[in-house]
Amino acid sequence: MNAKSYTFKVQRFDPEKDDQPCYQEYTLDAPEGMTVLEALLRIQAEQDGSLAFRYACRGAVCGSCAMLINGQVDLACRTQVRGLGAETITVEPLPNLPVLKDLVVDMEPFFAKIQAVQPWLQPSGPDPERERLVDPVQWAEAEPYTNCILCASCHSVCPAAGRDPAYLGPAALAKHYRFLADVRDAADDERTARVDSEQGVWGCDMVWNCVEVCPKGVPPTQGIGKTRARIRRAQRAKRER
Amino acid sequence: MTNFSHHQILVIGGGLAGLRAAVEAHAAGRSVAVMSKVYPMRSHSGAAQGGINAALGNHPEGQDDSWENHAFDTIKGSDYLADQPRAEILARDAPERVLEMEHWGAYFSRFPDGRIAQRPFGGAGFPRTCYAADRTGHHLLHTLWEQCLKREIPFYNEWLLTRLVIHDGQAIGAVALHIPSGELRAFGADAIIVAGGGHGRIYDKSTNAIINTGSATAAAYAAGVPLEDMEFVQFHPTTLYGTNILISEGVRGEGGILYNTEGERFMERYAPTVKDLAPRDIVARAIQTEVSEGRGFAGGYVHLDIRHLGEEIIKSRLPGIRQIAMDFTGVDPIEASIPVQPGQHYSMGGLVCDENGATPLPGLFAIGECSCISVHGANRLGGNSLLETIVFGKRAGELASQRVGESANQREKILAEALNEQAAAIEALKARTDGERQTVIRREMKAVMTERVGIYREEQSLAEAVEALAELKERYRRVTLDNKGEVFNYDLVDALELGGMLELAEATARTALKRTECRGSHWRTDHPGRNDEEWLKHSLAFYNPDGPPRLEYADVLITKYQPTERKY
Repeated sequence: MNAKSYTFKVQRFDPEKDDQPCYQEYTLDAPEGMTVLEALLRIQAEQDGSLAFRYACRGAVCGSCAMLINGQVDLACRTQVRGLGAETITVEPLPNLPVLKDLVVDMEPFFAKIQAVQPWLQPSGPDPERERLVDPVQWAEAEPYTNCILCASCHSVCPAAGRDPAYLGPAALAKHYRFLADVRDAADDERTARVDSEQGVWGCDMVWNCVEVCPKGVPPTQGIGKTRARIRRAQRAKRER
Repeated sequence: MTNFSHHQILVIGGGLAGLRAAVEAHAAGRSVAVMSKVYPMRSHSGAAQGGINAALGNHPEGQDDSWENHAFDTIKGSDYLADQPRAEILARDAPERVLEMEHWGAYFSRFPDGRIAQRPFGGAGFPRTCYAADRTGHHLLHTLWEQCLKREIPFYNEWLLTRLVIHDGQAIGAVALHIPSGELRAFGADAIIVAGGGHGRIYDKSTNAIINTGSATAAAYAAGVPLEDMEFVQFHPTTLYGTNILISEGVRGEGGILYNTEGERFMERYAPTVKDLAPRDIVARAIQTEVSEGRGFAGGYVHLDIRHLGEEIIKSRLPGIRQIAMDFTGVDPIEASIPVQPGQHYSMGGLVCDENGATPLPGLFAIGECSCISVHGANRLGGNSLLETIVFGKRAGELASQRVGESANQREKILAEALNEQAAAIEALKARTDGERQTVIRREMKAVMTERVGIYREEQSLAEAVEALAELKERYRRVTLDNKGEVFNYDLVDALELGGMLELAEATARTALKRTECRGSHWRTDHPGRNDEEWLKHSLAFYNPDGPPRLEYADVLITKYQPTERKY
């Protein structure tokens, strides 16, 4: 393997010692194919056992390792070092969430938003003996939104989430639309009422940052737009009655 | 002492098995909490791709399928090492459990008639693998997590189990480390359900998440639960060359074909009838043989070709695989073949338990990959591991809920002692200065396991592995930390886990050395053929704090199906 030398400039913060975050530089040879996560693991194993960051699957499915890499939000495990086209790679924690240590952020505020949209199926009536039938075309409507891995990439690039801590944010609103669009779910009115506010779908700036960064192709802005349209339709129908 | 929590049921592990058990304990009206060393949705269950088996009969070619067929395929696939009554429970309960997941919201793919879609899988006589595109584990895991949120089941996230507390031969609690703060706490419980997942990361080349260290398995092993059938390690035939990320068996289920450098569809030689859809052990050995006989590509891989399926099928049924291939090798499977090689994938072995997950220690249950309920025997069929988690997760949750333990007051003194012992051990580890870092020992362990306890095994290299592991265990006694802090000290987490990994690796290597036959995933080049007369039995490894484990053997539960030669 022909390895090439890179400088990793990593944001450090240890609440036991530091008042402020600072940057620390590590030099590492990165062979072809090495990901940023692998580079961080190598630094942790060979140079600095105090470096903290989260990871689990290393295959872009678990959502643990979203971070800011040369100013772009992405999963460290799917970002190739060489693909970045730079000799210095700056690694920082996800914006819009409190930093706990180094690259580890507090995910609790993010998960609280997910929980607030009641992200579980609420069908009507007792469960049938067999599966509920779902037409494949109807199935396709909610499908993109079911692929969210809760990595908070979208949350970290959302201007509205940055401004207003009470705003539900793109991940929770995408999750919300996942259930709204699920034909098996019967709680549409309660669901739309829950997000019909400035902290809900009306708080979105519609700048599509979230769609751009999602590593799983989930389109939160689109789901927010569709939810808004449903709310408007319901209001019109009410007026006309 | 103030660092105590009490729950009637404590589940350790937030993957599918643990969450399913928690939902059941909640339904039984018990106070239940789930502890996970990560956030539950980061669990490795979520990485499962291809599907979950249940004889629903939805597939046009599967209308004559039955749970009995499923049970038979499972037992044959196990090379007759599975305990047959338990494989029958697995298959019999499958339709109900899978439909229940659908009722809870799991987003299964659908046939045009609206029913749950099914696809063919290796070693199965009918197409019975239900799937949600190629992200089945993700969908099931998130659905169960959502069901836990609905029930407001409390979670202890980012808590690492460090030891189980046993008193008078019964499990009464656990000690755990809160990774974010460094706090050590004792947890009392009437019943503890261990659902910590597999330990694939004792190997170098593995499809497993990096977190799959088997820490909960090791804790239960050290507490006195024997390990069963540890020599049976599943090597998945198709893992991405380089990173060893899983490339689902569903790819071959959908029609993917393996080719060597000569452009030959070599599986025709190894399994003339089912070809590329032979069970995993057979395909993994075939690829390994092609590579070692010079018909693999440089670096040691073969090609998995799905181009003939066409863009539409690839995008609708295998979108995750396409994304993985593009993200990690730059190959778009619509246009080029995926480079694949075998890699460690699943631990058939694990903690001894019965058909309800009850271990020999009263109050302690084990479910999911960390357990050996013995439904997979010597080789697990694809689509049966997700199924195992929810079938036995429910059963264990139900049974554990019937247990009433000692009162909290009686427990507290014992728990306090265990907590103090653990605290002292961590202090001693932090104070040590004259040894080597865990990372060095870990790297050597993985290399030993990959090189000497791999797909093809023989006496000398296994004996060398046993010796090397004993030496690594010795070196581990003097392991030192680079990081002495409290907050998110992953150096400490890794060091604590490595001790358990070495124990699990040793049990694997020793049982593999002892078993002088070929059965399922365990292939001894120096002992060809299955030897039912001597080896139709389970291995049991008992923990020994002062040296290698004591080995014993136990009968296989054979009821309906007499062992015959396994042909595909």
